[in-house]
Amino acid sequence: MDTAKPEFLRGTLDVLILKSLVWGPLHGYAVTNFIRQQSDDAFLVEEGTLYPALWRLESKGLLSSEWGLSENNRKAKFYSLTSEGRRRLRQEIKTWQAYAAAVAKVLAATQLPEPEEA
Amino acid sequence: MSNTPFWRRYARFIGPDPAADVKDELGFHLDAKTDDLIRQGWQPEAARKEAEQQFGDLRAVERMGQRIGQRTERRRRLSDYANDLLHDARYTLRTLGRDPGFAAVSLLILTLAIGANVAVFSVVNTILLRPLPFPRANELVWIAPPPSECGWSCATYSADAYEEFRAASRAYQDVTGYEAFTTPENFRLTGLGEPVPATGIEVIGNFFQVLGVQPAMGRLFTAEEARGPVIPNSTGTPVALLANAYWKRQFHSDRAVVGKAIELNGAPVTVVGVLPESFDYGAVFAPGARADLFVPLSLDTERMWGNIVTLIGRLKPGVSVAQALDDANRVTPDMYFNLKYPQSKGRYKGDLVPVPLKDYVTGKLRRSLIALWLAVGTILLIAGVNLSNLLLARSAARAKEFATRGALGASRGRIIRQLLMESLLLSGAGAVLGLGLAFAVIRWLAHQGSLALPLLNSLRIDSQAVGWTVLVALLTAMIFGLLPGLRMASGNLQELLKDSGAGAGLGRKHERIRAALVISEIALACVLLVSAGLLLRSFAKVLEVDLGFEPDHASSMNVEYDESAPTDEARLLKRTAIFQEVLARVSAIPGVQAAGISDYLPLGPNRSWDTPVPKGKVFVPGELAEPLVYVVTPGFIRAMGIGLQGRDFTWADGPKSERVIIINASMARRFWPGEDPVGKILMRGDEQDRVVGVVDDVHEESLESSLGAQVYYPCTQQGPSRAQLVVRSSLPPSVLAPTLLRALRELNPNQSASEFRPVQTIVDRAVSPRRFFMLLVAAFAGLGLLLATLGIYGVISYSVTRQRPEIGVRMALGATAGRVQRQVLGNTLRLALAGIVIGTLIAFIVARAIASLLFATSPWDFPSYLGMALALLVVAVVSGYVPARRASSINPMEALRNN
Repeated sequence: MDTAKPEFLRGTLDVLILKSLVWGPLHGYAVTNFIRQQSDDAFLVEEGTLYPALWRLESKGLLSSEWGLSENNRKAKFYSLTSEGRRRLRQEIKTWQAYAAAVAKVLAATQLPEPEEA
Repeated sequence: MSNTPFWRRYARFIGPDPAADVKDELGFHLDAKTDDLIRQGWQPEAARKEAEQQFGDLRAVERMGQRIGQRTERRRRLSDYANDLLHDARYTLRTLGRDPGFAAVSLLILTLAIGANVAVFSVVNTILLRPLPFPRANELVWIAPPPSECGWSCATYSADAYEEFRAASRAYQDVTGYEAFTTPENFRLTGLGEPVPATGIEVIGNFFQVLGVQPAMGRLFTAEEARGPVIPNSTGTPVALLANAYWKRQFHSDRAVVGKAIELNGAPVTVVGVLPESFDYGAVFAPGARADLFVPLSLDTERMWGNIVTLIGRLKPGVSVAQALDDANRVTPDMYFNLKYPQSKGRYKGDLVPVPLKDYVTGKLRRSLIALWLAVGTILLIAGVNLSNLLLARSAARAKEFATRGALGASRGRIIRQLLMESLLLSGAGAVLGLGLAFAVIRWLAHQGSLALPLLNSLRIDSQAVGWTVLVALLTAMIFGLLPGLRMASGNLQELLKDSGAGAGLGRKHERIRAALVISEIALACVLLVSAGLLLRSFAKVLEVDLGFEPDHASSMNVEYDESAPTDEARLLKRTAIFQEVLARVSAIPGVQAAGISDYLPLGPNRSWDTPVPKGKVFVPGELAEPLVYVVTPGFIRAMGIGLQGRDFTWADGPKSERVIIINASMARRFWPGEDPVGKILMRGDEQDRVVGVVDDVHEESLESSLGAQVYYPCTQQGPSRAQLVVRSSLPPSVLAPTLLRALRELNPNQSASEFRPVQTIVDRAVSPRRFFMLLVAAFAGLGLLLATLGIYGVISYSVTRQRPEIGVRMALGATAGRVQRQVLGNTLRLALAGIVIGTLIAFIVARAIASLLFATSPWDFPSYLGMALALLVVAVVSGYVPARRASSINPMEALRNN
């Protein structure tokens, strides 16, 4: 398991979960698979972190859940985005992109900028 | 509700179970993982192990899940409930908005009923329920003899008696008292321009300490100051405490006045402190009167003056009133009226009876207040019944709506909840408006200074009153919401849905219930009307009481004079000259018909001196009461309009001539039964007074008490304690006052601008508590009548609407408009009569219960009952007439077609 970036992961887990549900309801196991595959195995989500996060999001009203049948006909709890969750995801994505762009810009710097005029 | 996920709806079937949910969810995760691992080539058992190991601490996650799940569930349930409530509320507001007439009428009814209830509760709470506004007020007792006929003089004690009692009693932490014969405006605030009258109470030095009153500013009297004397000052500076209201009014809340000297009656007096706002002497000890300042009473100077102080004690903790009585009975046989007279020992035997101060202050009002409370409760009941009726009518019209909702799955509880929400919303709004109404009423009442009810100053809407409002509102909502709710929800759905509305079974059943409701409403109104009628008659009887004097056209004013002279005789001569001059000048004012001076006026403070006996007769000691004493000038009896046989005093009845008196008729009857008292001699010790006239009995204590003996002495022979000028004139007092004051100031520049007030105000004050209760009960009766009218109108009007087709058929078959009208009116009268009969029976019981509140009126007073019956019948006819007219103007063709 990748334990190298837990700090990073914890801050971003919520938004990753929200994103994973954009195409429709998924159960918890599918969410871990989605995040793992999509990040090319970079993020391995611990179950001990994932489920509490799911429940927290549900109790905040960002997710709703309902019981259904999995691909292999087992009873599973499926989570889906509420409209509130969808709104939150859009907003988080924007924040993330702005953040990433800012970080990228700083890292791409080649020289010290001109001193600002007072 | 649309947000509720699907699974919760079926989870509700067996009840939600967050713990199982979490287990299932995590179990699925492990299974799925194991499957994946097997697919990757693991052995099933090893795969399972690996999955579990990867998962980590399953238990911990489960526990966390359960916690979150429970919390979510709880929140969800609450929000579902709130959602439903909100939904109901919105729906209710919408339906009420569609029927603004109903909403307005019910709100009006509720506002009046709840407002009246809260206002009366506040009064009852202030006067009856709450303790007196003193710390540990339950320790305070009022010490007085059993009631007697000789007024205040027999309810007070001498300075010696006070000191002995205080020293010998073991039941009290301390005993105090105040001078009971203080009359309004007994001081003059001078040195600030025109002299201003002020009312000062002389209190025993420890008065405020015993009551537990702390000054708002400055300090109380010290033990040194407590010994007095006050004015004029011989030993040190006299001191005074200011009442808070007086300090605000007269000294504009100037903090600097504390410690400074003000001028009272021309002499400097140091203000040592200002009393707190919470202490209102008048509100506790003299309802309807006010006290401006307090000065220490000098027991030494008062020692020779007989009975002067009232007694108030603070019991030691744990001592009961009964124990205190035993203690007093132990002490009194050894008490002297005056230590100088050994024969006065034991005079107070059995005369010191402690009662809780609270009972003394409010005891007389208890019955009236409880009656008032019940009356206003009846109003609430009538209002509830009325609204129940209105709601029933509405719900009948909405029967189909409810049936449809029921058919679509709304549970019975849900429908009742919806209806209760309607009544709760209405009564909630009514409570808010009612609280506002009560607030206004209470504010107004608290400022009725002339209303002789105790503790009015502390009247306010407090948290208890608000609590009561909530209680009353909920109760009302229950009364008027539950019945229609149960009726509606118990209906047979199918029948309701088939029901075409008019003429169906449910409608008829409804009508029976509504008729029963209206009858009970009329019966309740009936009880209120009879009670109000009886009280009204009593009040009229009180006003009819022969006062013994003519208050019309008579006004009075406090006259100040300076009688200082070296000897008693010189004082008397000086005073006589002043009075004669004052009366001469006042009589000379154009429009003045008569003028006279007395030291005491009727229906106010009073006093007695001793027990005189007719010369040559023997009476058992105690058989003759102490007469009340008035020292008057010639002309006073005429100015007061008191009927006189024999002659009035003249200025010629001087100190050297024969001593003369005038007595009242009751005294004449008792002292010389069957004889003409004029010319007879009355012995006061060695002094002989010849009766020269007999006057009508004047009501002294109150209009409702029986009459005792009264003696009038001429001011030319005896010393008056002050001068109340009474002027009889056809001019209004306000016109006469400036001229009068000018005339008095010419004689005495120090004369303060006392109020020149009609004698009628004294009478008004005396009857004010009865007037107050009578007016309130009458107002409630009026309200009850109005509500009953609405009720009758509602039920008749509804039944006419329901019977439209039937009436249409009958008219088509030849019934005349008159016949239809008569029938509707007949129905109305039947309801009214049933209500009146039941109501009269209840009224008999109630009338007996309130018999003690009546004055010269029998509880079976026929006119009251007749008036009630007539009022209700008239109201019934009026409220039945409108629907009757509507019924008779039904167009048969239209009515039949619409069906």
